[in-house]
Amino acid sequence: MADLRSNFIGIKSPNPFWLASAPPTDKEYNVVRAFKAGWGGVVWKTLGENPPVVNVSSRYGALHSADQRMIGFNNIELITDRPLEVNLREIKQVKRDWPDRAVVVSLMVPCTEEAWKGILPLVEETGADGVELNFGCPHGMSERGMGSAVGQVPEYVGMVAKWCKQYTRMPVIVKLTPNVTDVRKPARAAKEGGADAVSLINTINSITSIDLDIMAPTPTVDGKGTHGGYCGPAVKPIAMHMVADIARDKDTFGLPISAIGGIANWRDAAEFIALSAGTVQVCTAAMHYGFRIVDDMISGLANWMDGKGYKTIEDFRGKAVPNVTDWQFLNINYKSIARIDQDKCIKCGLCHIACEDTSHQAIAAQRVDGKRRYEVIDAECVGCNLCNHVCPVPDCISMVAVETGKPYLNWTQDPRNPMRKAAE
Amino acid sequence: MTQSATPDIAAGRLRADDLAANFDDVKPPLDRKKALIESSRCYFCHDAPCVEACPTSIDVPNFIRMINTGNTLGAAEEILDANILGGMCARVCPTEILCEDKCVRNTSEDKPVNIGMLQRYAVDHLLQSNHRPFARQKPTGKRVAVVGGGPAGLSCAHALAIHGHDVTIFEARPKLGGLNEYGIAAYKTVNDFAQKEVQFILSIGGISAKTGQALGRDVTLDQLRKDFDAVFLGFGLAGVNALGLADEDKLSGVEDAVAYIADLRQAADKSKLKVGRKVVVIGGGNTAIDISVQTKRLGAEDVTLVYRRGPEHMSATWHEQEFAQVNGVKLKHWARPIRLLGHNGAIKEVEFERTALDDRGQLVGTGETYSILCDQVFKAIGQKLVKDPVNGKARESLDLHGGKIAVNEERKTSLGNVWAGGDCIASGIDLTVQSVEDGKVAARSIDRYLRGK
Ligand SMILES: Cc1cc2nc3c(=O)[nH]c(=O)nc-3n(C[C@H](O)[C@H](O)[C@H](O)COP(=O)(O)OP(=O)(O)OC[C@H]3O[C@@H](n4cnc5c(N)ncnc54)[C@H](O)[C@@H]3O)c2cc1C
Ligand SMILES: Cc1cc2nc3c(=O)[nH]c(=O)nc-3n(C[C@H](O)[C@H](O)[C@H](O)COP(=O)(O)O)c2cc1C
Ligand code: SF4
Ligand code: SF4
Ligand code: SF4
Repeated sequence: MADLRSNFIGIKSPNPFWLASAPPTDKEYNVVRAFKAGWGGVVWKTLGENPPVVNVSSRYGALHSADQRMIGFNNIELITDRPLEVNLREIKQVKRDWPDRAVVVSLMVPCTEEAWKGILPLVEETGADGVELNFGCPHGMSERGMGSAVGQVPEYVGMVAKWCKQYTRMPVIVKLTPNVTDVRKPARAAKEGGADAVSLINTINSITSIDLDIMAPTPTVDGKGTHGGYCGPAVKPIAMHMVADIARDKDTFGLPISAIGGIANWRDAAEFIALSAGTVQVCTAAMHYGFRIVDDMISGLANWMDGKGYKTIEDFRGKAVPNVTDWQFLNINYKSIARIDQDKCIKCGLCHIACEDTSHQAIAAQRVDGKRRYEVIDAECVGCNLCNHVCPVPDCISMVAVETGKPYLNWTQDPRNPMRKAAE
Repeated sequence: MTQSATPDIAAGRLRADDLAANFDDVKPPLDRKKALIESSRCYFCHDAPCVEACPTSIDVPNFIRMINTGNTLGAAEEILDANILGGMCARVCPTEILCEDKCVRNTSEDKPVNIGMLQRYAVDHLLQSNHRPFARQKPTGKRVAVVGGGPAGLSCAHALAIHGHDVTIFEARPKLGGLNEYGIAAYKTVNDFAQKEVQFILSIGGISAKTGQALGRDVTLDQLRKDFDAVFLGFGLAGVNALGLADEDKLSGVEDAVAYIADLRQAADKSKLKVGRKVVVIGGGNTAIDISVQTKRLGAEDVTLVYRRGPEHMSATWHEQEFAQVNGVKLKHWARPIRLLGHNGAIKEVEFERTALDDRGQLVGTGETYSILCDQVFKAIGQKLVKDPVNGKARESLDLHGGKIAVNEERKTSLGNVWAGGDCIASGIDLTVQSVEDGKVAARSIDRYLRGK
């Protein structure tokens, strides 16, 4: 049986599944329920200075798939709205009661040295395993010069990381905002500032919907709405790209990463670990389904690892990173085409109409003895994969490689590239 | 064995609340939540097989998608454009042999999208709103007579009215609706839905209804052909097939299923309907199933349906057969009635002969017999065209085919300005939805004819 134990920058947990700093980790009550359910660790809901912030009503927006499942989630909540000392007292109690679980404390205070110097010892006193600096919150706090207002300026990120390393012996994780054009810049700054790790992503600036009756964004507060932070399954691709960018950047290569963003099951977790994440954090999926989802994460990851012969997380961590490359290095001579498994095909015609209307006219709609039949026209198929994605039947369409007899050739070498480098 | 001297046929066998429950909506409508979940199951197929399987070619994926996006009125418009009786069809179509039978979800998971229920959800929503999607085109001054106010006649009349023609419906019965009003099982169309749908159809304007006017009795085809620019015949099948047994018409308690169902549908108080304790039904179609289940639900103790061939030969779908069984109806196959035995002028017993197929596939009697004691017998062995009204004393007579009116693709009969559709034509498909299609197709052809005239 695979060993799921995790040691992330010296913070140990029985598995790499942590709850992200958010409502699920706002109180002792929730965190204890999470630990009972089996979560390996938590990043406590972000603490700030007293007096605590005040939240509005209502607070969440959502994007639903056709079957009414939430695939995107958005919030306009702020950091914890409970007094600092209440949170600190509960953190201390929880860490004492659950010594084997990771308890990291998320912090957000004004961007001054005294502020950080003041709060760090209070956290250290609780026995918490580390701190996570919330430079990501895109609404409410940023207007006050905190959260993403700091995270978007690499110099500030580096500066605050440095103060923290100076004033505490606890490991320091810098949580990055995705609301930047190049996430590698704040990541590099965090590393230079001495941060032990980065975590990402925090939420993305967003408006989820407009209520067409009252003509206002949702969630609506007394007739008005504002942009909030987007998360949930819909943001996973964005988070993956950012994690991969940091994992393969030469300046941040090897910097420990705690991955966050749209993780809902063991497979999502495995994918982020393959991109070098040491732990993964979950918020929306837990808010959607409750803490029980960790059962699948634990057994699913362990079973998959057993099947692949991986004994520990380290055995496959980062294995996908070398295969993430730039477009210009992809093999232009590689060719794949779609194949339809006629036994699995249910004749819905979606592959045909997608290709016919919007792509390469490479799937023929036929009638054979009056029965529908959809067949790939090999000569027309460019292997774009559209049909495969629209097909509702799992494994019905597959993309198969075709032997072209041509060697590896990338765009930098391709004679069709007017800007290609001279051949060696 | 002792036998009661008088047959046990009585009213009020069940308590009022049990009766009400028995005749309540057999498939309660979807609420918004269920409609959203169910509509999300549709793949939005291209060249969708379900559309091909619908006699009226409703664009199923499109209307289901509209339900899913919250455009329920648009969904209903899409349905009604193709099938103006989409509300009734959603309730009565044997979807298990039509659209849902062809749904690709059967291939992947043996569970089709519930197209009928979604169709009902959308159409009911529109009917309950004050949205009226249809408007008449400029009046053409042309006049069309429609004979019979059933699904075929109503569908034809509505389409003609849209095109600006003036329509007069001649209907023998006091109410419009045809079998929607007088024939469909009560629990399939509750709360007077048939009349609500008729009102919706008439609300387009340009359609006047003359009820209590029968072709052949009050008007003649010759006259209609003279007084109107075109005539559409949609009078269904007014005659019933007989068993051909001695005393069939003399013994009390031997009844025609269709007539009994009509009474049941019109009864203000079902507890006043008399039903036997032991009932025998003869037939193998939907009428046989409907009379069996409805007498059972009125409180008959034993209902036995006897059909001369096997279950696979019944024209009632497997779904209907199963429904009868779930309702406690006993289905017996491979036997035909050979003798009705009475006592004091009332039916007491039916004698059956077992049947089989011979070497040439012909149905034959085996000579072996058995009999079933009963208080009431229902004949449900099919209906037939009553030829008199059309061919009685007419100057020119209509061509018939297999005992029904012969028509071409456009539902045009052999007579110059006469079209026909629904059960009275020789299409071989006696379904509400097919009748609606016939009316629609005929109207298109009539419109072309009138404009060319
Ligand atoms: C008991 C029963 C149950 C059924 N259940 C279903 C079901 O669940 N699903 C389904 O799809 N189909 C069902 N059917 C079949 C369906 O009802 C018919 O196919 C459909 O109603 C035919 O429509 P129509 O307009 O041709 O005829 P009808 O509905 O029969 O309408 C004909 C109209 O013409 C009138 N008429 C008759 N003679 C004259 C005349 N001489 N002059 C003027 N008017 C006249 C009649 O009074 C009637 O109103 C059922 C049929 C029966 C008998
Ligand atoms: C309601 C809500 C409140 C959040 N509050 C915080 C917070 O206080 N501090 C923080 O660092 N991130 C906060 N987040 C962001 C999450 O920790 C996480 O980074 C983000 O939701 C992406 O992960 P997910 O897709 O699993 O939800 C919050 C998210 C939500 C939905
Ligand atoms: S999308 Fe898939 S199931 Fe549908 S027709 Fe194409 S191959 Fe068949
Ligand atoms: S009219 Fe009947 S057959 Fe046609 S789609 Fe509706 S329920 Fe199905
Ligand atoms: S066949 Fe089924 S899934 Fe396809 S369009 Fe029709 S109802 Fe939808």
